[in-house]
Amino acid sequence: MPRLKIEDLQKIKEKHKADFALREGGYRAKVTVHMGTCGIAAGARNVMTALMDEIAKANRSDVIVTTSGCAGLCAREPLATVEIMNQSPVKYCDLSDEKIREIFKEHILGGNPVEKYALVMGSETTY
Amino acid sequence: MEKFRANLMLCAGTGCVASGTTKVRDALRDEIQKRGLDEEIKIVLTGCNGYCAEGPVLSVYPDEIFYQKLTVEEIPKLVEEHFLKGRPYEKLMFKEPEKKTAIPMMKDIPFFKHQVLRVLRNKGLIDPEKIEEYIARDGYQAAAKALTQMTQEDIIKVIKDSGLRGRGGAGFPTGLKWDFASKVKSDIKYMLCNGDEGDPGAFMDRSVMEADPHSVIEGMIIGARAIGAHHGYIYVRAEYPLAVKRLQLAIDQATEAGLLGNNILDTGFDFKLEIYLGAGAFVCGEETALMRSLEGKRGMPRPRPPFPAHKGLWDKPSVLNNVETLAQIAPIILNGSDWYRSLGTEKSTGTKVFALTGAINNVGLVEVPMGIPLRTIIYDIGGGPKKGRKFKAVQLGGPSGGCIPESLLDIPVTYEDIVATGAIVGSGGMVVMDDNTCMVGTAKFFLEFTADESCGKCTPCRVGTKILLDMLTDITEGRGKEGDMETLEDLGRDIIATSLCGLGQTAPNPVLTTIKYFRDEYESHIKHKWCKAGVCRSLTTFWIDEKMCKGCGACLRGCPSKAIMGEKKKPHKIIQELCVRCRSCYEACKFKSIKILPANFEGDPSELVGVTTETETKKGES
Ligand SMILES: Cc1cc2nc3c(=O)[nH]c(=O)nc-3n(C[C@H](O)[C@H](O)[C@H](O)COP(=O)(O)O)c2cc1C
Ligand code: SF4
Ligand code: SF4
Ligand code: FES
Ligand code: FES
Repeated sequence: MPRLKIEDLQKIKEKHKADFALREGGYRAKVTVHMGTCGIAAGARNVMTALMDEIAKANRSDVIVTTSGCAGLCAREPLATVEIMNQSPVKYCDLSDEKIREIFKEHILGGNPVEKYALVMGSETTY
Repeated sequence: MEKFRANLMLCAGTGCVASGTTKVRDALRDEIQKRGLDEEIKIVLTGCNGYCAEGPVLSVYPDEIFYQKLTVEEIPKLVEEHFLKGRPYEKLMFKEPEKKTAIPMMKDIPFFKHQVLRVLRNKGLIDPEKIEEYIARDGYQAAAKALTQMTQEDIIKVIKDSGLRGRGGAGFPTGLKWDFASKVKSDIKYMLCNGDEGDPGAFMDRSVMEADPHSVIEGMIIGARAIGAHHGYIYVRAEYPLAVKRLQLAIDQATEAGLLGNNILDTGFDFKLEIYLGAGAFVCGEETALMRSLEGKRGMPRPRPPFPAHKGLWDKPSVLNNVETLAQIAPIILNGSDWYRSLGTEKSTGTKVFALTGAINNVGLVEVPMGIPLRTIIYDIGGGPKKGRKFKAVQLGGPSGGCIPESLLDIPVTYEDIVATGAIVGSGGMVVMDDNTCMVGTAKFFLEFTADESCGKCTPCRVGTKILLDMLTDITEGRGKEGDMETLEDLGRDIIATSLCGLGQTAPNPVLTTIKYFRDEYESHIKHKWCKAGVCRSLTTFWIDEKMCKGCGACLRGCPSKAIMGEKKKPHKIIQELCVRCRSCYEACKFKSIKILPANFEGDPSELVGVTTETETKKGES
């Protein structure tokens, strides 16, 4: 590491924001991808990969992704739940690579739920 | 930007490494790779989480799930269940001792729930080997502030106002100590850190040095600036290799980043820091002895005054602070003295780390606001004595401390209140003892330590501790006589009054407090030759109450010297000539049929006070 100036301390902090948002819990949006056996079979992994890709491209540290078990709706997999802080969660179903990318842009970044893919709006939170 | 959806914070402190972190890390890494999760999930090695007895431990973020006792065999299942399918894996979670329900999240586990982390603020949250991670948690911001926006007086004022007192034992106000040294005029001054941690059983300083070495360095930079020192040493015991390694790495990284050495952060301030490996004698932790040891001489205390603020290391003005004291400095500079005082009491402010051990359910490091009752630490955080046994005493302050009985458990943990009991807060060792403990034996144990560690320079300490120890040995072996307690007390007070250093001045505390609170136990040892806890072998007879014995044979099976005879379902009997008084039958009997009687007892046990025989046992009592 080169010699630091005082301003550099803040820059280093910014650079590590994504990891520390995970550890300290300071995030704005949480996406839960359901990864039950059926979800994985239906392509939940691709959905996850696409989502991670979008987040990295957009350089966002305030969005976190978690997984959860079977949501009991195997026929409509892959499923994902999007929770924006202080808003009711939205469950999306029959997801694909393209659909999750659209949801990321419209809902997670833009704040407007994508109704055409939504299964329910305002269901229970995951925790 | 690299982006992970989860961070796995795996403990790589001394305790967890000893119980298998390295192999677990490899297994975890391989399994994550095998499942194709390596670009989504990151493994981070942290320092000690203070929960070593249950190690290796792992915290998963953002889920905040806490796993303990990891094994290589369980890793594939853990990865599949939690990291692939998103179902936290119950088998590796914390479970409450009596109930069997798992508690998934760290913040809900009683041991962690009541803690307030200031010293341990980065515990388990950063990789101590990466300076960037410390900086990402506001690291070195306080040093920057102290070097650019504050005068020496400003710094000293904030620390004084915070009420921070030295965590190394004596509780001396840190701001005042810095003030003395800053006022002495000298070209050369030294800023020193005490990482000797000599109290047996204490490991809070080790944990801080391992888990957050930069917090100590930053505290030292600020202290150096406050007193005008440009050179410093961290004195660490050589038995702490991991702490030494992490501190050295931290010093190297900080030096490379221009946070140590010349012209720190381009502010014109210079501070050079080195590590010195201590040889391990307990007395070397005492400040004047530590400075002699640093000079390469034999570590022996010398009389004060002159105080180190005037004549310290190489007779130059010096400040020595404990590791935990220094780790408190940066947040006080950033958040102010009122923030620090918001926890604790008027005279004992802020938080203190304790090493909770002994006969208690949850052992480990706990950081709590000062002023909370001992009972909260022992019962709410520690989960009370193991196996539902009866609490007897808590030993505070290690060999310099004392034993506090049940009746005083509601006192607040402050420097003043603990000293009033005859114990000391000390460096924060807290050993819980249940009714299986002999208090005379406990006092003897600590005296063995201090008598052995006395450096021998002054007579009261060298000879006095030896006499105390010999008398205690006599009492536990049946040679106690009338008047012994008074002699112990008189001699103890003399040693305290006339010893040169803190070692001798505190060594009698374990004897004095046990006599004060457990007088009856000394009496029964001396007068009745009876160790009621059944620990002193010369002072016990193990006896089976035939009326209570169910004949289950548990005692007989465990007896190492075949001293028990009896047929199944018929009362058993101990052949006294063969019994070596190992106590194992007493522990083994589920029906409490085995009684502890005085040495060589012959006669009717039901006449002895304190022995419950069948006739007195109420129905329904187990
Ligand atoms: C026998 C003896 C052993 C000591 N051992 C230690 C020790 O291991 N670590 C420590 O920080 N202080 C120890 N001290 C206290 C130091 O002398 C000194 O008070 C302390 O390091 C000052 O730092 P503080 O003001 O930050 O507490 C010991 C004192 C005595 C008398
Ligand atoms: S364990 Fe208890 S009940 Fe069983 S034989 Fe021994 S004394 Fe009797
Ligand atoms: S105290 Fe030990 S040696 Fe004596 S009878 Fe019990 S188990 Fe056997
Ligand atoms: S070393 Fe892991 S908890 Fe202490
Ligand atoms: S064997 Fe059953 S209680 Fe002892």
